[in-house]
Amino acid sequence: MIINGVMIDHTFAEAFPMKATRVIITAQTEQWAFNAAKSMTGFATSVIGCGCEADIECFLKPSETPDGRPGVSAMLFTMGAKSLVKQLETRAGQSVLTSPTSALFSGIDGGIRIPLGKNLRYFGDGFQTSKVINDNRYWRIPVMDGEFLVEETTGQVNAIGGGNLLILAESEADALEACEKAVLEMRKVANIILPFPGGVVRSGSKVGSKYPALTASTNDAFCPTLKGITKSELSPEIESVMEIVIDGLTEADIKKAMKVGIETFCSIGAYNGVKRISAGNYGGKLGPYHFHLQEIMND
Amino acid sequence: MTDLTLTMKYRPNQRVDMSPITCDKLAGLELAEIAAIELQNGKRKIRVDDLFSLTGSDVCNIHIENSFAKLDYIGHGLEGGNIRVTGDVGAYLAMEMRSGQITVSGNTGIYAACQMKNGLLQVIGNVGDFLGGALSGNKKGLQGGTVIIRGNAGDRVGDHMRRGMVMIEGDAGDYCGSRMTAGTIAVMGKTGRNIGYGMRRGTLLLWQQPKIPATFGDCGTHTFSFLPMVFDAISKFDSKFSDSSKHFNRVHRYGGDMAEIGQGEILVQVDSA
Repeated sequence: MIINGVMIDHTFAEAFPMKATRVIITAQTEQWAFNAAKSMTGFATSVIGCGCEADIECFLKPSETPDGRPGVSAMLFTMGAKSLVKQLETRAGQSVLTSPTSALFSGIDGGIRIPLGKNLRYFGDGFQTSKVINDNRYWRIPVMDGEFLVEETTGQVNAIGGGNLLILAESEADALEACEKAVLEMRKVANIILPFPGGVVRSGSKVGSKYPALTASTNDAFCPTLKGITKSELSPEIESVMEIVIDGLTEADIKKAMKVGIETFCSIGAYNGVKRISAGNYGGKLGPYHFHLQEIMND
Repeated sequence: MTDLTLTMKYRPNQRVDMSPITCDKLAGLELAEIAAIELQNGKRKIRVDDLFSLTGSDVCNIHIENSFAKLDYIGHGLEGGNIRVTGDVGAYLAMEMRSGQITVSGNTGIYAACQMKNGLLQVIGNVGDFLGGALSGNKKGLQGGTVIIRGNAGDRVGDHMRRGMVMIEGDAGDYCGSRMTAGTIAVMGKTGRNIGYGMRRGTLLLWQQPKIPATFGDCGTHTFSFLPMVFDAISKFDSKFSDSSKHFNRVHRYGGDMAEIGQGEILVQVDSA
């Protein structure tokens, strides 16, 4: 399939089941809500090394938050339920509890309930109090700037991680500019996050390594500097490849984000250096979710 | 199907136990069977149709008309449904109510919402002492649900209250929030002496400055982000509490009762102007 000169490979992105939650962080100003959310979702690009994948989903107006203050919605994804609980609690405790004027709320219903402030409350050393509002329990933890308000639990739902797009471009600058535009558009899609820095990955990986201690290593088939010495997927004109990884709550959410991404790449076109769009997969052996690029565009 | 309406024929001298007349207890009964139910009246029993004329058949919506202050235990243990009372009622209104809604157009006696567990109680008039309290010797008063009083409340509001929300548009008497374990009592009017006496946890939310007992500590003036959430939650009810001009998030906080575990609080509105 070719759109605006951009070839879309007959391949698929392979994704796998994850557990996810969403939280809403509010603060006196949007900047301080962002500061807390940025810290909470920091160092969370890949479960391989970070324990979870997390990112800011969107900014929320005061009218969209539980306490009527500016807020940020953030999502965390992990491979298992236990690690989600641990990551959420650690990150909430170190990054949101500590952030001035912040409050923390559940951002998702359904699934099973996991602790949010349920254990954080003990920071209050016995001075913490709770309040049940609309059948939800909130903890009020006295802190030096006043009071940290946190909902007792949040929802844990089944989700999908590892949706991805590879953009193959004539130059590094072309690839980066195209990715920036695509990320901007894809982040408008609800229920997804792009967990890597700026939403873009330059070090896509393959499973395994020549070094037994490593579970993943550089995706040499897509490394432009190795075109002549490895079994490359790249044609001669490709000088740079970048990837956008997408975690989402449902298949439909990821498909929608991928379609938006592909459409953005195609709108930039081959004349501006975007030559091919591909996706990362492991031959269908790793994950049960297969997002076929051409099918997505035909939907 | 029209509401089951019980219109009082006369006012007996002795008190009447109305606990058999709830939506869940009448479910599946024919009108004749309801008419034959015997109510305790002083030391004797009287049939429902001796005391009331009955019309309608929808037992999920019961309307008691011409009620007066000797009808006790209305809505006792109510589990779903709607009871509407025109006139005054006696003691123990909505006692141990579990769900549903009760509305009273007049005044009530003592122990309204006593040990109530959930649901909604609205009283247009005044209520007696021990609103949302526990029976003598019991340790759990109101345990959930919402109570809205348009008028004034007597003494000991929320005695041993454990959970739930009590909203009083008028004044509250002495010992408001006494021995309270948790929950929220909001009073727009004045409050009497010894507010929060023996209070362990919970919140007394006040629009007017009370006389603070010596066993409460002054914690200063603060802005709380949970207050807009509380106001938002209660705005759905038809009361003065839904008026956003009466909402606030800046309060003076008094912590206590320090003669108890001291985790309760009295929050008094601070005029931001």
